[in-house]
Amino acid sequence: MAVEQALSSQVATSTKLRVENLNMVFAHDGKSTPVLENINLEVSTGEFVCVVGPSGCGKSTLLNLMGGFLSPTSGAVRIDGEVVHGPDPRRIFVFQERGVFPWLTVAGNIAFGLFKLAPEESRKRIAHYIKMVGLQEFEEAYPSELSGGMKQRVEVARALAVNPDTLYLDEPFGALDSITRHVMRAELLRIWQTERKTVVFVTHDIDEAVQLADRVVVMSARPAMIQEIVDIDISHPRDISSPRYLQLRDGILQQIGLAHKI
Amino acid sequence: MSVLAEPSKWEKFLWPVLAFAAFLSLWHYSVIWSGTKVFPAPVQVERGMLELFHKNILWQDIGSSLLRVAIGFGAATLVGIPLGLTFGWYAGVNQVVNPVMQILRPISPIAWIPVAIIFFGVGDNAAIFLIFMGAFFPIVVACGNGVSNVPVVYRRAGRNFGLAPTQLLARVIFPAALPQIIVGLRLALGIAWLVVVAAEMVAVDSGLGYLVIDSRNSGKRYDLVVAAMVMIGVIGLILDLCFRRLERIKSVRWGFRDEF
Amino acid sequence: MKLLVRLRPIVFIAGLLAAWEIAVERHPNYILPGPWAVVGGIADLLHHGFLFKYVVASLFRVTWGFCLAAIVGIPLGLMIGWHRRSEMALNPMVQVFRPISPLAWIPIAILWFGVGDAAAIFLIFLGCFFPLLLTGINAVRNVPAVYIHAGRNFGLSPAQLVYNVLYPAVVPQLLIGLRITLGVAWLVVVAAEMIAVDSGLGFLIVDARNAGNRYDLVLAGMVIIGIIGLLLDTAMRSLEKVKSFRWAYSEE
Repeated sequence: MAVEQALSSQVATSTKLRVENLNMVFAHDGKSTPVLENINLEVSTGEFVCVVGPSGCGKSTLLNLMGGFLSPTSGAVRIDGEVVHGPDPRRIFVFQERGVFPWLTVAGNIAFGLFKLAPEESRKRIAHYIKMVGLQEFEEAYPSELSGGMKQRVEVARALAVNPDTLYLDEPFGALDSITRHVMRAELLRIWQTERKTVVFVTHDIDEAVQLADRVVVMSARPAMIQEIVDIDISHPRDISSPRYLQLRDGILQQIGLAHKI
Repeated sequence: MSVLAEPSKWEKFLWPVLAFAAFLSLWHYSVIWSGTKVFPAPVQVERGMLELFHKNILWQDIGSSLLRVAIGFGAATLVGIPLGLTFGWYAGVNQVVNPVMQILRPISPIAWIPVAIIFFGVGDNAAIFLIFMGAFFPIVVACGNGVSNVPVVYRRAGRNFGLAPTQLLARVIFPAALPQIIVGLRLALGIAWLVVVAAEMVAVDSGLGYLVIDSRNSGKRYDLVVAAMVMIGVIGLILDLCFRRLERIKSVRWGFRDEF
Repeated sequence: MKLLVRLRPIVFIAGLLAAWEIAVERHPNYILPGPWAVVGGIADLLHHGFLFKYVVASLFRVTWGFCLAAIVGIPLGLMIGWHRRSEMALNPMVQVFRPISPLAWIPIAILWFGVGDAAAIFLIFLGCFFPLLLTGINAVRNVPAVYIHAGRNFGLSPAQLVYNVLYPAVVPQLLIGLRITLGVAWLVVVAAEMIAVDSGLGFLIVDARNAGNRYDLVLAGMVIIGIIGLLLDTAMRSLEKVKSFRWAYSEE
């Protein structure tokens, strides 16, 4: 067991993110809707965790709580031991492509968070990340001239440029076509393996989760609880036809209650 | 959406020219058939325009009107934009001030003339005040709407990157609201142009509006009346087109879908 | 707590009125009357029956001018919007006519119709016609092509296409255009009455000043104009809320 752990691609070090007894209730028009119940989760530094669940189950809410955009009804989110009070550049959110600022060029977007840096340093960083996401010819292009996949790359580059510890991705590939999604997943993994940020990735696509994550958190329908946390013990690059992959994926499908024959 | 095939490029010029020619002929023959002694035919209007140009009256009047618009509209922009942004950003302020605005807004700027004359006397200042009143409300409303319509995604992204509230306003809210603000400015300019003409008919003695009234009063020169009207229409259109040019700048263009 | 929040605008208005009243009392020789004087003016008008008479006159002209413009302008706009070449032909001329203030038409209006109701209605018609024409054109152009294709796909005849697809698709935008243009009509009627007729709220403002510097009546007139304009706008907005039109406004 110890040998396998040492050989596997992730070496669990310290705990980066801890969710403690989290509950979230939305009050609206006099009615209160419980959205999240009793969430407990630990994410280690440099780990890639996916959160899956049916639509509307509250996974985005969980991510927003982790990012500090919402306050929990009870319980807390801690990062590096500190309670999360609000948004912070050390943990950057990547929304779906609509998060890219349409009035800025690609370079302008990536430069957005870099206002505290000297111009020379800033320029170097922009060039570095444009190259990393493969948008070299498009520095001066506006988002309206880009495809969905390209806009998403801009957003990832913008997020990485400020060198955050943690990345939160909220169904980032949801608006893309399936071929582009395949490509983007490989890209994301490549980037992650270079920079080794802690990543929490929300998706409703189970295949995506099993392809990307070190661990998959399976959530139930609303009010959402953690049904199961699945360890994906396949090393990268993952063969998506391998028996182990299919086994893990089918296990999760079953957890959610979906048949795997259509 | 017509059943016929896509019109070709040259048709873009053909049809308007044909329509205009048809309009002119209709006008010309109506004047002849009705035997009117007063209403001008197109030819007379053209001559009238040339006459005004040569006497230099037209340029002076155009200049006066444009100057008043510039000052009144400029003032409305300077006051209205910050105010509108504030109302959009602070929902509380908006809630308090909005009812007052809703009551003041339907009052035609022309109805403010007596009040304007009390405060400013008869003359340029009264006219400029009226233009200000006409342009002010659309600008405030457009700015307010622009700000409150900024998608939450952008605000969150801005906060995420650690922007202070003033930075957030300048680097996210304002650029995001800019397309709507520009549309509001364009509409307000159109209103300003309508108001200046009306104000000049009542409160001053120069400008295109005055020219319209004066041509009739001092000599029933309807050819000059119509000539002035044509100038009003053309200049108003030019102002509008200039603004639409602004809307095509790349860092703003994203906010406009296929505009008419 | 919620009650306090709702009261804030009223407190604000009360504050403004108080400041106005104080400013007037500090300068007793100044012509501008204070809020109480204005209220007195309104009461005065009511008492003598002028208020009702003038409001009706203004509303009468607005109704006629606006409805005529709608009946002529909207169908015309819809047809022009549908037919590409018509739109190409007529658009430039419409764009030149549109910025001409209706008031600039006054000499011609008086020439054709003399001084009186007809001239005022003509001016209102002009002020409403071009915006409504453009509303019609834009409304048709904004109907997504998919709706038309679907209608044709299901074998609808042209008449059915218009009734079952175009009309419902176009109505929400028409309503918005009608509401905005009604506001314009209200502005024009007041201005037209100040210049061209001898009754109505616009006339009241001009007359009250000319025949005796009754600025309390002037302001009373302005207040009433503001309130009625607001009521008209609110009435139109409630039309937009009718459920069968709601679909177009909830797309977000």
